[in-house]
Amino acid sequence: MTALVIAEHNNQILNAATLNAAAAAARLSGGFDVLVAGHNCGAVATQAAAIAGVGKVLVADAAQYAHALAENLAPLVVSIAGGYSHLLTASTANGKNAMPRIAAMLDVAQLSDIIGVVSDDTFVRPIYAGNVLATVQSTDRIKAITVRTTGFDAIAATGGTGTIENIAVQADAGLSTFVSEELTKSSRPELAAADIIVSGGRGVGSAENFAIIEKLADLLGAAVGASRAAVDAGYVPNDYQVGQTGKCVAPTLYVAVGISGAIQHLAGMKDSKVIVAINKDEEAPIFQVADYGLVGDLFKEVPALCEALAK
Amino acid sequence: MKILVAVKRAIDYNVKARPKADGSGVELANVKMAMNPFDEIAVEEAIRLQEAGKAGEIVAVSIGPAASQETLRTAMAMGADRGVLVQTDDEVQPLAVAKLLKAIVEREQPGMVILGKQAIDDDSNQTGQMLAGLLGWAQGTFACNVAPEGDSLAVKREVDGGLQSIKLKMPAVVTADLRLNEPRYVKLPNIMKAKKKPLDTLTPAELGVDITPRLKLLKVAEPPARAGGVKVADVQELVAKLRNEAKVI
Repeated sequence: MTALVIAEHNNQILNAATLNAAAAAARLSGGFDVLVAGHNCGAVATQAAAIAGVGKVLVADAAQYAHALAENLAPLVVSIAGGYSHLLTASTANGKNAMPRIAAMLDVAQLSDIIGVVSDDTFVRPIYAGNVLATVQSTDRIKAITVRTTGFDAIAATGGTGTIENIAVQADAGLSTFVSEELTKSSRPELAAADIIVSGGRGVGSAENFAIIEKLADLLGAAVGASRAAVDAGYVPNDYQVGQTGKCVAPTLYVAVGISGAIQHLAGMKDSKVIVAINKDEEAPIFQVADYGLVGDLFKEVPALCEALAK
Repeated sequence: MKILVAVKRAIDYNVKARPKADGSGVELANVKMAMNPFDEIAVEEAIRLQEAGKAGEIVAVSIGPAASQETLRTAMAMGADRGVLVQTDDEVQPLAVAKLLKAIVEREQPGMVILGKQAIDDDSNQTGQMLAGLLGWAQGTFACNVAPEGDSLAVKREVDGGLQSIKLKMPAVVTADLRLNEPRYVKLPNIMKAKKKPLDTLTPAELGVDITPRLKLLKVAEPPARAGGVKVADVQELVAKLRNEAKVI
């Protein structure tokens, strides 16, 4: 039977994380459709129809779907779930919010954050902050799944010839309303999709000092990340957090500056291709996962690194 | 308004978990256990709402083996008024936890349920959303601010791009993110007082809930270890390695 991928988007642009979720769906035996629930989201449906290998693109266009509120999205997915063997979404904030609600309404278990597909009913997922990988088999008729985006290379965004179909919308559940959002504005690449990330930790010391992290990031064309300690201390906004409960990233190059390397931080970045650590404490656990470690004062080494890179 | 808070006994956050030698599960013998850190934040939030005059009784619930009593005593030492243990030695997966909590909600009739957004053992991040779905209630997940306003609840949530504000109809389920508050330290006199607070014990059978696991754990393994790296002497060497050896810049 077919799988259904729930698209993540902002009503204009399909979020790239959807391509990773679709890549997981493509490993299953039955092909996949995509659901685009949103408001005035026709452009997203067109983009979804171009995903390589997609079957149908189901579109539910109504005001109550504008902000992906789980209370409205879940009944919609439940209304069409009977025709599918698998429901998948990326492990984004929206995906993590909605999928368990959908699963519970269908009385099926959820497989969170899968990083591997073994067969149509068996999947690999990290547990205990990624220190253990569990291979888990689902006995439910429908498999509800969130996909860790770093576990699957994105499927091609073009070449698909999906047929777009409008589906019946459900009434507003009347349980929740969107009020506002404060999104961090940045001209840098998005953390989850960046090739290079420069992250700062407690060692950076203040919000002002984060400027040196940002300068290094800009020289490398990198995104800026942070450890929990730096976010808790108010140096940077919450959405910079990399780790077990923040964002999981796997860039080509991850530069950890003034980050000691707590289990919870390593959980979010240890799948990066190349890891660089700059820390004054040579015993810091971050050096155990770093390909290149530089022991030194970050306030001296980072500016020197910027200078060396600019040459 | 009564608040129900769900707390889980989990591995201590400082302990690095390892698979058992035979790959059948995670080694938990003689491992330090503690209240799941996100649940501590949930308990703290309930207490703060009570202290602000916005909540009445706080009931802490835990599901698990007899040792989960300790976790409930911790919640009561923090300030919860009483505890309910749904005792079982069987594995209880998130869907079953949500069903048990639903049964407790039907008995207790709280105006709000607060849980941690995820447990740091199975990292599922499911239970709160599942409970809300089963109850047909609104859900405020990954909350960093919670403010009751009459019969609605204003919740600020940590989302991928920043923060989102939503308004929920009460009763509602809230899941706590890291920045919701900083949990208080438990003082010794409160630990003594907590020993006298009521703690009821129930079983899944008494609640009429089938907790049969739906997911079968086939095996566990350690992730591939990273090959050891090298220390570089200075930034010049670092830049040279990144350019010529790793070829990533």
